[in-house]
Amino acid sequence: MAAMADTPVLYVRTAPAEKLPPPVASTGFVGWLRASLFSSAGNTILTLACAALILWVAPPLLRFLVIDAVWSGPNREVCLASAARPEPGACWAFVRVWLSYFIYGFYPIAARWRVDLFFAALAFGIGWLGWLSAPRRDVGALYFFAVLPVLSFVLLYGFPAIGLPTVATNLWGGVLVTIVVATVGIVASLPIGILLALGRRSELPAVRWFAIGFIEFVRGVPLITVLFMASVMLPLFVPQQLEPDKLLRALIGVALFASAYMAEVVRGGLAAVPRGQYEAARALALTYWRMMGLVILPQALRATLPNIVNTFIGLFKDTTLVFVVGIFDFLRTIEAARGDPKWATPVTATTGYAFAALFYFVCCYGMSRYARSVEARLSRSDRR
Amino acid sequence: MNSAINSVRHSRQAWRIGLQLLLVAVIGGLIYGAFVNAADNLERAHIASGFHFWNNSAGFDISQTLIPYSASTSTFGRAFWVGLLNTLLASALGVVLATLLGFTIGIARLSRNWLVARLAGGYVELVRNIPLLLQLLFWYNAVLKSLPELHDSIALPIGGFLNNRGLFLPRPVFASGIAAVGAALLVGIVAAIVLHVWARRRRERTGAPTAVGWWMAALIVGLPLATFALAGFPVAFELPQMSRFNVIGGLEILPEFAALVVALSVYTAAFIAEVVRAGILAVPPGQSEAAQALGLRSGTTLRLIVVPQAMRVIVPPLTSQYLNLIKNSSLAVAIGYPDLVQIFAGSVLNITGQAVEVIAITMAVYLTISLVTSLLMNLYGRMTAVAER
Repeated sequence: MAAMADTPVLYVRTAPAEKLPPPVASTGFVGWLRASLFSSAGNTILTLACAALILWVAPPLLRFLVIDAVWSGPNREVCLASAARPEPGACWAFVRVWLSYFIYGFYPIAARWRVDLFFAALAFGIGWLGWLSAPRRDVGALYFFAVLPVLSFVLLYGFPAIGLPTVATNLWGGVLVTIVVATVGIVASLPIGILLALGRRSELPAVRWFAIGFIEFVRGVPLITVLFMASVMLPLFVPQQLEPDKLLRALIGVALFASAYMAEVVRGGLAAVPRGQYEAARALALTYWRMMGLVILPQALRATLPNIVNTFIGLFKDTTLVFVVGIFDFLRTIEAARGDPKWATPVTATTGYAFAALFYFVCCYGMSRYARSVEARLSRSDRR
Repeated sequence: MNSAINSVRHSRQAWRIGLQLLLVAVIGGLIYGAFVNAADNLERAHIASGFHFWNNSAGFDISQTLIPYSASTSTFGRAFWVGLLNTLLASALGVVLATLLGFTIGIARLSRNWLVARLAGGYVELVRNIPLLLQLLFWYNAVLKSLPELHDSIALPIGGFLNNRGLFLPRPVFASGIAAVGAALLVGIVAAIVLHVWARRRRERTGAPTAVGWWMAALIVGLPLATFALAGFPVAFELPQMSRFNVIGGLEILPEFAALVVALSVYTAAFIAEVVRAGILAVPPGQSEAAQALGLRSGTTLRLIVVPQAMRVIVPPLTSQYLNLIKNSSLAVAIGYPDLVQIFAGSVLNITGQAVEVIAITMAVYLTISLVTSLLMNLYGRMTAVAER
């Protein structure tokens, strides 16, 4: 102890230490930049490469779609390259002139209010079902799956007895047909898909094998072959006097195709319902259909709602394939219109496709955002 | 009491059997009705039935044939094989490109680099939400068809032309020595596999790692190259020649083919990217942390810890994306690429009118591909299943 006190202290700082440089910012905007864009040499190169890519693609795209674009005009002359505009932009004038054809096809102009009313009725139904806290969604489901199909048929096809003259389906076209095909696919595929999914899990071998056979067959072949089958084989299989309408044939093909995919989605939902739910329902002496209808399906469909919406997105994109069996859906009307000699310019095709892409993107992206919000909401309610 | 339960059980049993019989009867009735109607309708339209048309002369031309085919002498059966090979060629190329692009974008989406991740995310959202048919038409009509006309062809530096009729490249013409190169390649691959197995056995026995990667690369690439040089470079290139109305000779890549492959790869890559992202996210972070704690380097961690576990999650949905790509290749019919559907459900159906047989054959092909693939998938799943304790 004493020795220690005698030992001279060798290291005592007499002057203040030099100041260290401030630490590299790891928070705030600069810190974020450093961490997420320039953390290393490789990362910096990647960032610069991406920035170069964006600068290479975005300005010409913007120039084409907006800055150099022609917004109105009577014919192709306005969209051709000229001394003032050596690089012609998108020819939106073409889209404006043809817009009503893109929406209604050759549907008689005097009767187009019927199509508008159909769009409104459909939007109302989708809103009712899609808004998860809307009142009386059971009535909404009844409206969507029972009232709406009849109403749409009366409105669109006509019902001479109440003063709505018949409009043959070969006059239908554009967005109208796209929406009709997608809606019929959705409205038909959900119930048929549920039945097929239940059939696949059934204890009855005949039912199970039929469901498995149907689902695996349809999922194993391309939609185009199903559409070809519906359009060339179906007329052979029915008596001659009963030859179905061309659009109806495509609708049957799309509905069968969508049902098989929906069945697999529903089956996934059914598998997610715990066994105890089945056993509890059985213990309460519910019959098979009441057990499914009151206990299992509500939980299964709720759990798999995002997947159902994703199937609808796929179906909506697949409606473009009715193109190949000669039905004038939205994409086909674009194809038909771009061949119009009055509007034949080098940019017409690109403009038409850009317009179609915008339409499909808005619809599909909207649906996928909706699916994600439902998913978030469901996982919140599961976390309670 | 007992008899009451028995009678309930019996009535349930009867109900089940009755229900199944009803289903069978309904389906059987439908099929029978369809059959009778079809026979009736076909007879009225004077359309033959059966598969005799298979050996009849086809009489139509096909723009891309991988096997010899001529309109005047070849049969419908030959046309079938031409179409099937065209479908498989486009699909195979599409699968390879979509995998490369999809894995790149899927990994990029998980990048810590904000810009890279956003760009990859933007790609996925944009491509996934636009129908494939629209993309296909865009690539074909808006991009490839707006290339210069024949007389303004872009001359490629390697000796070829690019115009709106396609891409014309030098065609390799092999001399006799090429067989030796092929044999060398085969030998190289077999030797590399043997070497790999030997290295793994040795590692398992002794624990000492043996780096054989470079040796394997040398065997697979170097051996054929060396043979190629020794055989005196037995390959010549036939250059395409510009004539007045067409390009003659060389290797012709149709714009339809290019558009189909590009559209399929770009579209499917977006879905594969999502599959890859989900697969990598499915590996718990604890796995790579544990690997780091054991002192493994980040590359080794990725190769030995993360990728094998991610692949187990990735492969099943990846396969279904491949199947989707093969099925989607049937969209070729919209731009006139002579794939199976275009040749068979298009030309052959129009000429023979035998809808039932033609559609059945077309569907059977796709069904076979799907079923065989899912069979292989099940085998793979069984092989890689985690042995649960």
